[in-house]
Amino acid sequence: MSTHERTITIRDAINEALFEEMERDDQVFLMGEDIGVAGGVFKVTSGLLERYGPNRVIDTPIAEAGIVGLAVGAAMTGMHPVVEIMFCDFTTLASDQIINQAAKLRYMTGGQCAVPLVIRTTMGAGRRTAAQHSQSLHAWFAHIPGIKVVLPSTPADAKGLLKSAIRDNNPVIFFEDKMMYNQKGPVPKGEYTIPIGEAHVYRSGMDATVICTSSMLYPSLEAADRLKEEGIHIEIIDLRTIKPLDERTLIKSAQKTGHVLVVDEGYQSFGVTAEIAARITEGAFDYLDEPVRRLGAADVPVPFAPALEDMTIPSADQIYSVIKTMVS
Amino acid sequence: MDRKNQEELPSDLTKEQLLAMYRKMQLIRGFEGTAKKYFEAGEIGGFLHLSVGQEAVPVGTCSALRKDDYITSTHRGHGDVLSKGCEVKRMFAELYGRTDGYCKGKGGSMHIADFSQGIIGANGIVSSGIPIAVGAALSIRMRGTDQVAVSFFGDGATAEGSFHEALNLASLWQVPVIFVCQNNLYALSQPWSHSARDGNLVERAQSYHIPAESVDGMDVIAVYRSVEKAVDRARSGDGPTFIEARTYRFMGHYVGDPGAYMPEEEQEEWRKKDAIAKLRRQLKMWGYLTDKVDEQIATDIEAELQDGIEYARSSVIPEPREALNDVYVHFDYLGRPLKEESNHA
Repeated sequence: MSTHERTITIRDAINEALFEEMERDDQVFLMGEDIGVAGGVFKVTSGLLERYGPNRVIDTPIAEAGIVGLAVGAAMTGMHPVVEIMFCDFTTLASDQIINQAAKLRYMTGGQCAVPLVIRTTMGAGRRTAAQHSQSLHAWFAHIPGIKVVLPSTPADAKGLLKSAIRDNNPVIFFEDKMMYNQKGPVPKGEYTIPIGEAHVYRSGMDATVICTSSMLYPSLEAADRLKEEGIHIEIIDLRTIKPLDERTLIKSAQKTGHVLVVDEGYQSFGVTAEIAARITEGAFDYLDEPVRRLGAADVPVPFAPALEDMTIPSADQIYSVIKTMVS
Repeated sequence: MDRKNQEELPSDLTKEQLLAMYRKMQLIRGFEGTAKKYFEAGEIGGFLHLSVGQEAVPVGTCSALRKDDYITSTHRGHGDVLSKGCEVKRMFAELYGRTDGYCKGKGGSMHIADFSQGIIGANGIVSSGIPIAVGAALSIRMRGTDQVAVSFFGDGATAEGSFHEALNLASLWQVPVIFVCQNNLYALSQPWSHSARDGNLVERAQSYHIPAESVDGMDVIAVYRSVEKAVDRARSGDGPTFIEARTYRFMGHYVGDPGAYMPEEEQEEWRKKDAIAKLRRQLKMWGYLTDKVDEQIATDIEAELQDGIEYARSSVIPEPREALNDVYVHFDYLGRPLKEESNHA
């Protein structure tokens, strides 16, 4: 780590991004359940109410459709709302405002307006919170034209991408994996942003490509470390953004290695893994040594008991095994 | 208000204001009749939800607003947006799906907007414009202007969750919004009694501690006065108001729906209350309108509508590729930077 960096958690990195953007732009304000006095259910918004007051850090009633609807109206009329939806499972309650309103208002009105709205929400299983607090629903929103979908995996990316999201004039849904808030990593000192829509080649390798999203970076790295000991060099690409999708980086890597595994915590069927597999097949078919392999969440509601829940999420062991069968 | 009071010469409205209201109501009715004609002739596609009979509500409301005030509207919104300032010709161009339409042909009848006049969108989803209007009102307060936001919606919307969440939040945060419920007695084909047990919308709004009143939606002056009070309250920082305007949809839910579920006697009764006929009678009684001027207004409107249709017909059909623009700001439909922007990279 250079002297221009320090090691902080994803929680603190996001918190810093919010502080810096609120400082930079008076039009930025926060709305959500328990974000003010309580500092957020995962303590991501700590200190913001004290600094910016209740007019810019608004504790709301439990009313997701209303909150997001208000944010859409405010965004169209000159403000930059950043809404927190505590769990992405609750975005279902606001889905009309996200899908039919925020995503479409610019288009339906012939480009007359912009909806500079950020929705921060959490994803991810592993916290033993069962079927309605553990889903990863990012693929749903990536399906909808007019929305951008961002899901960072490191503190530096989380900070830089959230700042870009807040400065973006389009609706952005920003997924934070609730199991990663304590994840630490180097974060540059001072001002920087990371552009939305660029995947990150996290590690270079020649033998196979693992394309992953959000927290799936970590089991992918673990598997890659084990494979490295066996002389198998894995290229790891962290998508960081699924809409827009950095197709070029993925196809380039697939052309190089000829073996691709996609790992994502959304349900496997009709999800991110399927879309990436299709794009790579279309873009790199002649270079592939085998079909693109996929690991997503099991197609079941997320169960409560640890023994059950753990088997529904892609693991380092699974990633290791799948790659072994691919390259051997 | 008793009949005598209603017939008294208004001291708060000038002859010009009253004639403008009269003309606007006529224009809306003429617009919708013309739209229906060309819809039935196959020149206009999609859905067409007409507000014939309800003209006094948007005209009375928007007469009390400034150009920079906001409105949200509904699938039945031609009257609302015309009242706020939309031009007939660009409305028709939108209905014809042409490039000169307000939304360049991308919205059609249910999605007309003109942000330069505070029309932040008619909306095809029942009730969804209500929280958006409350959000615009929150934005007004945060930016420190003295604008107001008006949300138009029908009685049907009051059974939706968004309606209740929006009223609760507006009341909680005391933002400058005015809820104007155009109670036309029908939600789709269902009479009002099938949407609510008690049917008392004023009490419903009051239960959120929002000042509320019911006005005769067939009396443009009554609507104007009610909204004007609400606007004063909102501009002075005294929070939201709910207005139920009792009105009637003279036609079915959409063009093609004969409205057979609306009893004949009921239709007869409401047609007798026609707001345009009522104001015409009043204007004549007050000496503000002669038969000759009335005929001139009708002739002028007919000409404006015909010119509008010709404008729409001769407006350019959009290039098919245009379907891929306007999804994102500065980006194409896949979120990739637009060419002119990526050049410097």
